[in-house]
Amino acid sequence: MQRHYFDHNATTPVSPEVLEAMLPVMTEVFGNPSSIHHYGQAARARLDHARRQVAALLHCSDNEIVFTSGGTESDNLAILGIGGHVITTTIEHPAVLATADQLSVTQVPVDHSGIVDPEAIRNAIRPDTRLITVMHVNNELGTIQPVEEIGRIAREAGVAFHSDGIQAAGKVPIDVSAIQADVYSISGHKIYAPKGIGALFIRKGLHLRPQMFGGSHESRLRAGTQNVAGAVALGAAAQWIHEHAAAERPALATLRDRLECGILSRIADTHVNAAGSLRAPNVSNIRFEGIDSEALLIALDLRGFAVSAGSACSSGAQAPSPVLIAIGLTREQAKSSIRFSLGRSNDGAQVDALIDAVSESVAHLRKLAPAYA
Amino acid sequence: MPEQTIAVAMSGGVDSSVVAGMLRARGENIVGLTMQLWNQRRLPELVPEGGSTGRCCSIDDVYDARHVAQLLGIPYYVVNFEDRFEAQVVKPFVDEYLAGRTPIPCTLCNNFIKFDKFLDMAAGVGADRIATGHYAQLSYNANTARWEMRRSADRTKDQTYFLFGLKQDQLARTMFPLGAMEKTAVRELARELGIPTAAKPDSQEICFVPNGDYAAFIDAYFKEQGIAPSETHGELVTTHGRVVGEHSGIHHFTVGQRRGLGISAGEPLYVISTEPVSKRVVIGRGDALLRATMSVNNVNWISIAAPLTPTRAEVKIRNKHQAASATITPSADPSRVEVHFDEPQRAVTPGQGAVFYSGELVLGGGWIV
Repeated sequence: MQRHYFDHNATTPVSPEVLEAMLPVMTEVFGNPSSIHHYGQAARARLDHARRQVAALLHCSDNEIVFTSGGTESDNLAILGIGGHVITTTIEHPAVLATADQLSVTQVPVDHSGIVDPEAIRNAIRPDTRLITVMHVNNELGTIQPVEEIGRIAREAGVAFHSDGIQAAGKVPIDVSAIQADVYSISGHKIYAPKGIGALFIRKGLHLRPQMFGGSHESRLRAGTQNVAGAVALGAAAQWIHEHAAAERPALATLRDRLECGILSRIADTHVNAAGSLRAPNVSNIRFEGIDSEALLIALDLRGFAVSAGSACSSGAQAPSPVLIAIGLTREQAKSSIRFSLGRSNDGAQVDALIDAVSESVAHLRKLAPAYA
Repeated sequence: MPEQTIAVAMSGGVDSSVVAGMLRARGENIVGLTMQLWNQRRLPELVPEGGSTGRCCSIDDVYDARHVAQLLGIPYYVVNFEDRFEAQVVKPFVDEYLAGRTPIPCTLCNNFIKFDKFLDMAAGVGADRIATGHYAQLSYNANTARWEMRRSADRTKDQTYFLFGLKQDQLARTMFPLGAMEKTAVRELARELGIPTAAKPDSQEICFVPNGDYAAFIDAYFKEQGIAPSETHGELVTTHGRVVGEHSGIHHFTVGQRRGLGISAGEPLYVISTEPVSKRVVIGRGDALLRATMSVNNVNWISIAAPLTPTRAEVKIRNKHQAASATITPSADPSRVEVHFDEPQRAVTPGQGAVFYSGELVLGGGWIV
């Protein structure tokens, strides 16, 4: 069976140029970057180079980048490292929400647009607020948050601003200076690098309490021998984005529009969640009235199409997507929504095949549900 | 879709694992589905200190089912029916006890989950039929144009008592591949097929009730739902109406129960009935438990069409009951019958199923009123 992958927001395959960059670091250049000898220096050189590549992607200095084990660790380090009262939104990823829950937290609600109102963030600021954390791009809807305005509000209030950019990297331009972020998280496996590597931008001068203790690695902010191969992979992935993403984005948006037009025109009673909002070019979250998204997801997988109902983290769970509930969908509506996330491997022919498969599966499921007529 | 697809209900136990293995070995196109029905973490007080979390839908069971699916190389998914299971099985289970009846959740689960919601899910994902590890035999009788159900070849494992609610359209899409096999042969086959759960113990009791302590489950569920346990307290009375004590809640009692009455008497005393409105539990001597007749409602006929005249059958009133000869008489209401036993039967319990057999054949069944 021909299989097609439409779940790039869950994870991505390692791209050939990333693999090529990281392979020698696992065998020939295997040294510990903290070692003084030749082997250590060779590894250190690769690590430093990777750090510069990541810094270039985020438009910051290389000494403002800390490598971590992934997006979740980056979010944990940012939030717990700053502490105090935290302001966040109701549509954040669990890596942010569950971490903020360890502290005193205010969750600012979001309306049906899937975009937070910066004024609501401003109004939530208290004297003891130390941090505002708002994601750059939502993982389920693709909605782009007004991070520039929030950054300005945070700066005016003298509060640190963290943004989870895990779904933004590659999909929208990132400039941590322009958005006045003090801390910014990215993850490798969403951008064609492997799982187990991430990075955190920490603005120079910002004091962050480390969450992992041990040696003096990563400017004493993250103890533990660096995952050099992973860091090199992240660097190579960042480099690719730096050079190619601007050209890739319109192509992804064209494919996404083709998918949405095809589904909306061929299948009755379908709606794009957060349709009118500013969105990343690769995501489409579509609601199929009267359909159980769990059944549609399995039916599509058995036909060779990988999609997702909500984020990968909530699959198998009973609860409907908290993000969809947060933007005002009913339980039923949330449970009838599917996320399609496109990436480099997709082309027009695949999208057309996907539209056919979705049309057939939805028609089949609706035929079985007599309540739906 | 390719040729016929069969969805196998995989619980992680040896029976359903063997079903998947057998069908796979036969070259069938199969997909494994595990139903997530109940979250064991909901009522943590039921889990013994450092003990296991009970059997139903535990992470271990999903792990086992997934492991088997991986070994067989079949597509596998966990489907979540927790909402429906609570509404259609757990709540009625609790309500039935409070209404003075003794429910059988396995039958409700078969009627409303496994052969209803699960069948729908299977059809939705493109599976024409489902296969389960139930011990029962199905065959199609072309003369009567009906699907017939028979007791399993291994009489100690027979599960037909719990399957009386299945309708013809459900049976037409269902396979019980183990019905003709002995359990020992199933375990042997599990080993031959390399199924890692071959030696896993059989599941017992009610899957969502740890250690079979249903009263503790109901108490914990009340607490979670904010129902005061005192609402079920009441008096213990004799069959002559004399109050002899207090009891801690009518859900602690079922017809025929002898232990836990907290009354000492010269002769053995049993629960004769429970009265939901007055919250009274009636106790008396063993012979007061004997009944020669009972009414059965919501009757479903399986292997035969609804008879219009009195019909002889062997009737089972509990899973472990030895089926007893009786005459089944239709009433004006086609879903209700009167059952007259040749010999009075002990502890005819409202809320339990009554299943009608003719030898091996399952004629049908309903609920004891």
